[in-house]
Amino acid sequence: MQNTLVRESDRILEGERELIAEILAGNHERYYELIAPIERRVYYTAYAILRTEADAEEVSQEAILKAFRGLRTFRGEATFSSWLLSIVANEARMRLRKRREVSLELLRSPDSEGEYTPFELAEWREIAVEALAQKELAARLEEAVAALPEMYREVLILRDIDELNIAETSAAMEISVPAVKTRLLRARLMVRDYFVSRSWGTHRGLGKARP
Amino acid sequence: MITLSCEEVRREISNYLDDDMSPRMRRLLEVHLGQCRKCAVLLDSTHNVLVLLADERRFELPAGFSLRVRQMLAKEFEKAKS
Repeated sequence: MQNTLVRESDRILEGERELIAEILAGNHERYYELIAPIERRVYYTAYAILRTEADAEEVSQEAILKAFRGLRTFRGEATFSSWLLSIVANEARMRLRKRREVSLELLRSPDSEGEYTPFELAEWREIAVEALAQKELAARLEEAVAALPEMYREVLILRDIDELNIAETSAAMEISVPAVKTRLLRARLMVRDYFVSRSWGTHRGLGKARP
Repeated sequence: MITLSCEEVRREISNYLDDDMSPRMRRLLEVHLGQCRKCAVLLDSTHNVLVLLADERRFELPAGFSLRVRQMLAKEFEKAKS
């Protein structure tokens, strides 16, 4: 199993390297092939950090352009997608800082090592996920992600939505691996709490009153 | 035999989901999960939320996004040629 996975990812990397070599050799149009599969993740990463469509699109475009111009510097140690996504996250973070008038103190609150106690409630089957329309489900998930404090939101997006691994997330965020893990634990429990409590609450609210 | 407290299990939930722990820790955790419904529910629901999140098809791109990216790149390619 492990071996199959390794070979699979080697094959992807190999294909990617060939594609990049061709683009660098002047076949620029093939750059579309490289970015098409990850466009959605690029946009969503920018959107989740910036929270406005216009800014998210601009930053996505800038990052895609920057990656094209810097393609020669791409070392191929990671996958192209993790490289591009870390550029997007960086650009979005920079834009957010510029946009913000509030002090950076708020963003840069020190890692809290304190325990986080998740809510105790709701079996998963009590949440009528199947009953939620896809649109509504997406909206609720988005809301739950948006509700996270920034330092937790970004780590969750990169790891659990963009599906970068821990090392790639650490590189993209320029924080240590242990810091990624600490934040990730908190982020996952918080997003779960938010989603579960909202969905559960609504579900119960809609249900018949219990005697 | 050593057992884990609920608190210790919670601290490891994220690592467990990432399969990032020693076999010994994994065994201890699974023993606890087999006996503690509260922690089992927590793990289960956290896992499910992450599965939902990872399904990126849920998130729609703005209409025309890909086209605009292509147009922007087409201009860049023109410049690169000249």
